[in-house]
Amino acid sequence: MKVIKNWWKILSIILLIFAFVKGFLGKVPRLPILNETIRNLYFHVGMWFAMIALMTGSVVYAILALTKNKISFGIRSTQLASVGVLMGSLGVLTGMLWGNYTWGSPWPDDPKIHGAALTVLIYLSYFRLLKISDIEKRIVLGSAYNFFAYAMMILFLIVYPRITVSLHPGNGGNPGFNNYDLDNSMRMVFYPAILGWILLGIWIAQIRYRWKMIENKKIINEIEND
Amino acid sequence: MIKKVIFILSFLLSGSIGFAQPQSTVEMADAFRADGKIYVVVGVVLIILLGLFAYLFYIDKKLSKIEKNQ
Repeated sequence: MKVIKNWWKILSIILLIFAFVKGFLGKVPRLPILNETIRNLYFHVGMWFAMIALMTGSVVYAILALTKNKISFGIRSTQLASVGVLMGSLGVLTGMLWGNYTWGSPWPDDPKIHGAALTVLIYLSYFRLLKISDIEKRIVLGSAYNFFAYAMMILFLIVYPRITVSLHPGNGGNPGFNNYDLDNSMRMVFYPAILGWILLGIWIAQIRYRWKMIENKKIINEIEND
Repeated sequence: MIKKVIFILSFLLSGSIGFAQPQSTVEMADAFRADGKIYVVVGVVLIILLGLFAYLFYIDKKLSKIEKNQ
């Protein structure tokens, strides 16, 4: 593996190691109820940022697959969404654990939590759609469905929680976490952590993409040589 | 020779006696026992993280090899 070509993989490792060390040992504001769990900001919220970034990449490649009519773009789109769903599921699980000890329930009646569950479900049905055996049909249908799934994700995770009442910080009139960190010490860990998680997600998606390209090499060659 | 050994031994012993008195001020590698042993948790998490990264690199390398052979 060439180091220069894969600099972003190494950057992801450095950023995440930094985030894990500073995430446990760094200075955080002392807040009631939250206590030390405010450190989850680097990990739980990182999952959601990574998911939204990966889904954005997925929808961009879906557009490219439809306009440029290239199968490899379609596979890229699918694999990015696949890792995005993994990150989203981990976000739901970590949120349940965190919520159980701060909000008193793993699944309180909160629009963002319901929205997150719906988003994961919508993307799961996207993967059912990808079981169509004809690869060209699969990519056209999958890419078209991808727009719908992405639009619903933005609505459920970003728009809807902000126009109703939500427990989540920064939603429904709640102050965001930005108001809490007094000396920006948390932000100096939060942003590197987010970038690290996003790069890690892209790395896993790239590995999955290369695997799928090898797996479908024969079919892709046949179609593209026609 | 014996005189020298006794001299060195007495020197070492006197040193140990001298330092043995105030135990709390003796400097030791206490970092991993401080702050509720949180550093041990950080160490464990880092080992897991590094293991996962190494595994990812391993898969990545294997894939590159397969891609080259095609």
